Amino acid sequence: MFEYAAAAVEGALAAGAVYADARVVLTRTESIDVLNQAVESVDHIESAGVGVRALIGSSWGFYATGDLTERAARDAGAMASAIARASALVPGAPLELADVPITQTTWETPYLEDPFSVPLAEKVDLLIGVTATMQAVPGIALARGDLGFFDINKWFVSSQGHRIHQHLVESGGGFDATAVGESETQRRSYPQSFGQYETGGYEVIRRWDFPSNAQRIAEEAAALLSAPEMEEGEKSLILEGSQLALQIHESVGHAIELDRILGWEAAFAGTSHLELAKLNTHRYGSEVMNITADATLPGSLGSFGFDDEGTPAQSVDIVRDGRWVGVLSGRDSAALAGVAPGGMVRGDGFNRLPMVRMTNVGLLPGDSSLDEIIAETGDGVYMATNRSWSIDDRRLNFQFGCEIGWEVKNGKLGRMVRNPTYTGITPQFWGGLDMLAGADEMVYWGTPNCGKGQPMQIGHTGHPAGPGRFANVRVGVRG
Amino acid sequence: MKAEQNIAEEVLELVGPDADAEVTVNAGTSSLTRFANSFIHQNVGEEGSTVSLRLSVDARVASGTTTNLEAASLERFVADTTAAARVQPVDPDWPGLVVPTETPRLEHFDPATADAPPQARAEKVKAFVDAAPELSAAGYCETAAVTVAFANSAGHRATGRYSRAILDGIQQTPAASGSGHATGVSLDDLDAAATGALAGTRARGGAVTFNTKPGEYEVVLAPECVATIAVFLAVYGFNAKAALEGQSFARVGDAQFDPRIDLVDDVTDRRALGVVFDSEGTPKQRLALIDAGVTSALAHDRRTARKAGTVSTGHATPGSDVWGPMAHTLFLREGHTAVDEMVAAVERGIFVATFNYCRVLDPKSLVVTGLTRNGTFMIENGKITGAVSNLRFTQSFVAALGPGNVLSIGDDARFGDSEFGPGMAHVPSVRLGSWNFTGGADG
Repeated sequence: MFEYAAAAVEGALAAGAVYADARVVLTRTESIDVLNQAVESVDHIESAGVGVRALIGSSWGFYATGDLTERAARDAGAMASAIARASALVPGAPLELADVPITQTTWETPYLEDPFSVPLAEKVDLLIGVTATMQAVPGIALARGDLGFFDINKWFVSSQGHRIHQHLVESGGGFDATAVGESETQRRSYPQSFGQYETGGYEVIRRWDFPSNAQRIAEEAAALLSAPEMEEGEKSLILEGSQLALQIHESVGHAIELDRILGWEAAFAGTSHLELAKLNTHRYGSEVMNITADATLPGSLGSFGFDDEGTPAQSVDIVRDGRWVGVLSGRDSAALAGVAPGGMVRGDGFNRLPMVRMTNVGLLPGDSSLDEIIAETGDGVYMATNRSWSIDDRRLNFQFGCEIGWEVKNGKLGRMVRNPTYTGITPQFWGGLDMLAGADEMVYWGTPNCGKGQPMQIGHTGHPAGPGRFANVRVGVRG
Repeated sequence: MKAEQNIAEEVLELVGPDADAEVTVNAGTSSLTRFANSFIHQNVGEEGSTVSLRLSVDARVASGTTTNLEAASLERFVADTTAAARVQPVDPDWPGLVVPTETPRLEHFDPATADAPPQARAEKVKAFVDAAPELSAAGYCETAAVTVAFANSAGHRATGRYSRAILDGIQQTPAASGSGHATGVSLDDLDAAATGALAGTRARGGAVTFNTKPGEYEVVLAPECVATIAVFLAVYGFNAKAALEGQSFARVGDAQFDPRIDLVDDVTDRRALGVVFDSEGTPKQRLALIDAGVTSALAHDRRTARKAGTVSTGHATPGSDVWGPMAHTLFLREGHTAVDEMVAAVERGIFVATFNYCRVLDPKSLVVTGLTRNGTFMIENGKITGAVSNLRFTQSFVAALGPGNVLSIGDDARFGDSEFGPGMAHVPSVRLGSWNFTGGADG
């Protein structure tokens, strides 16, 4: 496949590009959806093609074709250059690329059990069994389960000499139970909303042990329908790990994307409240807050060998002792901002322009535990599993809803509450982080549905997190 | 179009007589020119085809999609999909295939847009940027053209094609931003200078900012906001699967909305985008979803129609087995009130240009939280008196258009850019008696 990528690069250079790179990408996905013991969908998708990027002046030109022949690839390269050249009608300052190591190598996701080799019937039976368990709980109207698997091969060639083959394998899934009341619904999910996804094979699914958790999840959903509604107030908020992971994703991960900070995403995804001039001085949160973007974590969904510019995966400090010290970057944005390129540029399939993406943006472990956090909380609420999420275009004002909450009084978990929500402003909220679970309770939570870019791209990101506590948070907001 | 039909026939032949199959071939091009900081920085294009196959072997169902059209690959693709179907449990709700049905001869297609070169998009971007030269512009201009061929083993055939052009952007001062948007079948029809000028006017209007307290306010919502409301009603409410599952607010026959509200889904409208049949090959019906405030219909695909004892309305989508059928060619009937007249009628309220990051707190009540963006203004004594910092709201979208809350409907209907994307809802501005703002974006 390298020959098609090379032909595309040659076509772009011949048409005037000062730099070009190309990726041949073969993607296979399998998704299975079961509702109430009936298969709703078994879907296999395969796509193949080459996408080529050409740099001329201030603009990238990009063209993709599903026709995997040398001639089509070469034509795609020429087209990418022609598109880049047309940008000169509305020009800016020429883009430059930060230097990175020029590599020729291969890399593969470590995995034990090829998810596409596991019999389809076994996967379907797992979900039918789980939904049967949940349906047997009185009050459950909808019992869903889903699995998803990705097998991605990429061949990357650049005009500077990169030549890299990667084989990525990702697996995940989950299930949820919904109780339907007269005027509202209540849902519980496992392992988290939209399922848990990781790099790895079918061992990921076996490890999360769906069958042993189905009964509990369904019972919680049914109980929520008659639980008291959460009262509005300001108190200590304890977040379960997957909700804290999403909190990181939305209020840290997107805010530190250098393309947003530079205004490149202003019209759609948005910008950032962070200003480059305050890098290394801005206080992001309390001293308990330490965050890295680490693309090398085994098993985490945002891990890989090389990004889609051929830059090696690496760990970058983002927040150290509460102070903002790093960004997510690619070769062009890093050169413009004067920072080291972080290897964080990825594209969704062969037909999308690679862009700055989160890798594994997550917390370093604290020194506490969920039990200790609850025991040391006088008046608070413990919320678990995301149900809704919304944040403004500068990543400052957020409001999250969770599936379930429990009051915490005098160091003990109290009654269950329904419709728990909380809202806050990013630096104040993170400034209130005062307790964080240790390494034993950290999980590499995966987010398989991160939307960004135009045309829209779906990114897969990881977020190490465990339970944590935040002081003085406004909770119980509703319409 | 012939080539796409031939591929569909080839796949049906590979399936053979032992399965019921639906094949859809999509082929086309899509190009998008993106700008930020007032220059073009990302400029992309793609060409390609996809083949989607759903088949049933004795009511055991599986589906697949491939971009690889080589004969050997298609053979393997069909064999794999068939093998996947054979190991499935019997689907008791398999609705079977559409029988041969006449499909309206109507295309929303402009050849010049289909062939638009990158220079044509760059010229639109230049006009948008030049409309407010002292401001910083960002956004995109997209053109796309798609040919669709459908064939099933019951003998039904349908073909169609469509084009689409979009210009969407903002103008920014250091302190504020304003948006403009245009969508249509033809790139030539997009007035880039006017779109950029509107965005500029909104951005400049943000110079003086009010510190507004959260609470209930009268509002004037521009088409982008109304498009998001309309699409959320369609996705979460007028979706027959959601209704069958008890998760929808919709009660057909009940006056759930203000009598001023008429909402139809109508792909036969000359302004509509897309092809006139759905992913199961069913011709899309004109569907009155809200008729003078009364919830009047739900969107069905063949599966939900079978469960409900009715017929498909032609609203199947590639994911509707899981997510449910969706009306996405929505038209909210425009009124006779100019936006200026709406503003003039407000004693104290807020004008909102666009919503941002809307998420449902509960699907049944359709309580949604989101923020305002790119143009939020205070209205006092009938005049816009300054900008308001972006606000968070937590509001039921059903109650927003509920009886008595719709004070007037604008005469400015156009495609608005909804939370789910552009080109799905053709809507006017509306003036609503009450909207629940729950916080400020900056704290």
